[in-house]
Amino acid sequence: MTAITAKTLSDFVYAEARMLDEQRFEDWLTLFTDDAYYWMPLAHDQHDPRLHTSLLYEDMLLLKVRIERLAGQRTFSQQPKSRCHHLLQAPSIESSDPASGEHVVRTAFHYTEARLDRQTLFVGWTTHHLVEIDGALRIRLKRVDLLNCDAAFGNIQLFM
Amino acid sequence: MSKYRGNPDAIRALVRDNEVHKDTYIDAELFELEMAHLFANTWVYVGHASQVPNKGDYYTTTVGTEDVVMVRHSDDSVRVLYNRCPHKGVMVAGGVCGNTGKFFRCPYHAWTFKTDGSPLSIPLKKGYENTGFESCEASQGMAAVPNVKVYRDFVFCRLNPGGPSFEAFFGESLSTIDNMVDRSPEGRLEVAGGVLRYMHNCNWKMLVDNQTDTCHPMVAHESSAGTAVRVWNEAPEGTPKPMAVELFAPFMSPYEFFENMGIRVWENGHGHTGVSDSIHAAYSPVPGYWDQMVAAYGEARAKQILGDTRHNTVYFPNIMVKGPIQTLRLFKPVAVDKTLVESWTFRLVGAPDMLLERTVMYNRLINAPTSVVGHDDLEMYERAQQGLHSRGRDWINVARLYDPAEKGQKNIVTNGTNEMQMREQMRTWARFMTEGM
Repeated sequence: MTAITAKTLSDFVYAEARMLDEQRFEDWLTLFTDDAYYWMPLAHDQHDPRLHTSLLYEDMLLLKVRIERLAGQRTFSQQPKSRCHHLLQAPSIESSDPASGEHVVRTAFHYTEARLDRQTLFVGWTTHHLVEIDGALRIRLKRVDLLNCDAAFGNIQLFM
Repeated sequence: MSKYRGNPDAIRALVRDNEVHKDTYIDAELFELEMAHLFANTWVYVGHASQVPNKGDYYTTTVGTEDVVMVRHSDDSVRVLYNRCPHKGVMVAGGVCGNTGKFFRCPYHAWTFKTDGSPLSIPLKKGYENTGFESCEASQGMAAVPNVKVYRDFVFCRLNPGGPSFEAFFGESLSTIDNMVDRSPEGRLEVAGGVLRYMHNCNWKMLVDNQTDTCHPMVAHESSAGTAVRVWNEAPEGTPKPMAVELFAPFMSPYEFFENMGIRVWENGHGHTGVSDSIHAAYSPVPGYWDQMVAAYGEARAKQILGDTRHNTVYFPNIMVKGPIQTLRLFKPVAVDKTLVESWTFRLVGAPDMLLERTVMYNRLINAPTSVVGHDDLEMYERAQQGLHSRGRDWINVARLYDPAEKGQKNIVTNGTNEMQMREQMRTWARFMTEGM
């Protein structure tokens, strides 16, 4: 297999965001390992997802529920559907260990979610904890830290 | 010209036996009157004493739309002050919480106040001599809320000096708070796990009505809980049932389940769903917890405490408590069409962490702005907030299982889909809106 380079990691992050913007959710799910989590903390610098509430702390089962729901006939909060847009800064490689195949990549983002006449901007940082499995990169943990994680939000229905 | 101010008859006419006028949810003047009368005449939840454990600890919040600060005074009592400097009007206590030491100091001109609000010092005090300052309002310090009651660490206040006592207002409904606190082997709760804040573009009463609306889960939440059940059913046989599925699945219980679980309607707008059964009744046991409860209370009493699995208890006007899941939701009115929903969770002091873990997970899955269940509900509230402006119809229906004999009755148990609780809330609303008007 080809060695993982900084460009491979950046390209992965860009491609992942594009899948979300294009609402290719089934494809997006295949990027995760079976034991993966998608974590959006509620508190600044939060360390504990278990005894402190988060906005999201979803395993594959919950992500699957969420994605199936988005397409449901009786999912009225998605009629009409939301759309989203990721604007990413160039990712920075926080750590990269070819021996274990583990890489941590941090990306600053502006994320916009829109539905009907409402459009909302969210700002933050994503940290991807990636692992190489059978020559491909997979997400073991995607952590999304919002600048205003503890603010009062309206609905956030898609994925950052 | 105002339609409702100083017109108690017009306000009473909005609440019929089995329907409620749309203005109660969409009229801005009524919202102002709610803040001036309803939220001043009733006992309103402020916060939990565990948020201010030490002298000088404070927590800022709102009662209705009034900015207040809850503070631990030097005599260890909990006080509630209007968060407003008597000098120029600056909010004295800043941020959400902190410790102010022995006194509050206004950050604008350094006027200081004891933690009961009384004046302590003013720089260049001489300048107020012979100015008539003593007869000015400002010389009285920060205004204190006259009536504060701490019940098993839950802090309530009544802004108006006169009105029903705390005990008379809540009556037997306090049994839900008792049950939640008794679930701690030490008989004590602590705020824990962070607070979820979710902004709703709808009237606050829609949230209150929804808490005992047992005819919506299987419809509105088919998309979320229904999908969760379906996805779980596809899991390979023998997979242990995840906690999340255990929390989601009961939302899809059939109508009969909700009819049979019952609803208890107390008085003054307080009531709870889930009398003989509830969606919280079938959770898996938490290892070690039962033994702790038996050691603390004895087997019979422990069984009684844990066997009481009430669903949602509404404390009118604006909180809902879930004893078995240690959650309190606070519906903070912001404007006639805007409500901040705060969902708080508690640690059962002395109990295993796993209980807090379940509470925190429930809160995240059901009450977060990212919650699929929350999305289902908010979509309906917002559609209602807009739809109610229609001139095609003027009334909201609350006739389900109405019985003319119900009026004036209290502490009664009835069919779980009876809308009597909603009717009682609005009868109470009309009473406290017009009291002293």
